[in-house]
Amino acid sequence: MARVVVDVMLKPEILDPQGQAVANALPRLGVTDVSSVRIGRRIEIDFAGEPDLDRAREIADKLLANPVIEDFEIRVVEGTTAEVA
Amino acid sequence: MRIGVVTFPGSLDDGDAARAARIAGAEAVRLWHGDPDLHGVDAVVLPGGFSYGDYLRCGAIARFAPVMESIIDAARGGLPVLGICNGFQVLCEAHLLPGALTRNQHLHFRNRDQWLKVEATNTAWTNQFTPGQEILIPVKNGEGCFVADQKTLDSLEAEGRVIARYVRGNPNGSQRDIAGITNEAGNVVGIMPHPEHAVEALTGPSLDGLGFFTSVLRALAGSSADGQLAGGQQR
Repeated sequence: MARVVVDVMLKPEILDPQGQAVANALPRLGVTDVSSVRIGRRIEIDFAGEPDLDRAREIADKLLANPVIEDFEIRVVEGTTAEVA
Repeated sequence: MRIGVVTFPGSLDDGDAARAARIAGAEAVRLWHGDPDLHGVDAVVLPGGFSYGDYLRCGAIARFAPVMESIIDAARGGLPVLGICNGFQVLCEAHLLPGALTRNQHLHFRNRDQWLKVEATNTAWTNQFTPGQEILIPVKNGEGCFVADQKTLDSLEAEGRVIARYVRGNPNGSQRDIAGITNEAGNVVGIMPHPEHAVEALTGPSLDGLGFFTSVLRALAGSSADGQLAGGQQR
């Protein structure tokens, strides 16, 4: 089992109101030294055989991320043990 | 004239859209997300709601439904397609319309009657309005903030592809107050507020929404008269 992780983030120029709401809540935790919070999404893809980065990139580009508003990064996670349901 | 209304898992406003089509004088044909057959409809409405639970992004999974493959092909061939709310999100995800709909800037779900100013009236879905006409129809969305890069926004404006803008208050932070846009050919229109909820005095704030449905009937009548595909001849 090989795992590819896809991180999807809103492009820097796209407003992230969720991140802003979290940032605005931090002072209530006593945290005052955070200037910005942005929220993204982590997706784990488990391939049955070898990790296929090109395939993962295609999945990310066509479905997992919307290139109009989001960027993504993909990477293989080494040493992942299979989680069998 | 037969107007198809698609039902995805999680669609909410398919019933109202079908009813609006009937009130306008069309035959409403219910289309199922898993069935690629469009059953010979003359136009299609993608209704509001939360298709596939809004999982991943609004409209992202609906775009890959079997019925959408047929609709995307047919839309490129000139079939009039109206996407309302979630339907607008699906059209953007399917790249039939540019831009994207994102979380309302203030994070609140907005549900209210909304004034719009109609701009482009040379589309299959807006030809019964006059440019600058103000209409009142309900808006109800949590992710209705229209965004696109500056170049796309500029070209939408330069090409007269903004069909309506929010006036007397922008409910979601949409760039340049854009409430609805059309594709280059004028057959595909996406709009965030809900014309199908403003077709009867009993339930709507006005009858202004009816104009979208009578427009497509007019476009279809014109196209069958001169043997052209609907929408294309409007521009």
